[in-house]
Amino acid sequence: MDVLQIVAIGLIATVLVVVVRSQRPELALLLSVAAGVIIFLLVLGKIGSIMDVIKDLAARAGINMVYLGTILKIIGIAYIAEFGAQICRDAGEGAVATKIEFASKILIMVLAVPIVVAVLQALLKLVP
Amino acid sequence: MGNSVDLIFKIAGVGILVAVLNTILKHAGKEEQGHLVTLAGLAIVFIWVIQLLANLFDQVKSVFKLF
Repeated sequence: MDVLQIVAIGLIATVLVVVVRSQRPELALLLSVAAGVIIFLLVLGKIGSIMDVIKDLAARAGINMVYLGTILKIIGIAYIAEFGAQICRDAGEGAVATKIEFASKILIMVLAVPIVVAVLQALLKLVP
Repeated sequence: MGNSVDLIFKIAGVGILVAVLNTILKHAGKEEQGHLVTLAGLAIVFIWVIQLLANLFDQVKSVFKLF
């Protein structure tokens, strides 16, 4: 029962954060970062097995692996950027969080350009 | 698994210890040393958390093939 472990880790971390925050707010922030990373690491292995299944299905459907790799990269960037932005927002730095999200959107756009170009080329082939 | 949950307790322990030491040093009239204790605790915890974060980023890179 992984969900019990995760809920237990979250509750313990929350109690400890509340205890520490009244005295040392900066250590409480690092404590919540550590709790977030540990929970993320617990479920990351499962995400990996889901990704293997998706890759297998895509290979069977005959989808070009370049497109799937791009989508996986975009999901990874989104996960990490969201994680960092949430931490910044927790610490009360909404401005830094917004900049992280902005930068990650630009990086995702850069990755998506080849797909957009491919779509446009397919459209141009349709136009006589 | 057990190793990583230990880290949460270690960080909370350092936090409580630093808070207590800070209070004691303040009552003893040694505020500068209290600041140093705070800084040392923060540095130790920061090193732990950064190692954990590096581990997380490596794993995310290998799962999502981000190179």
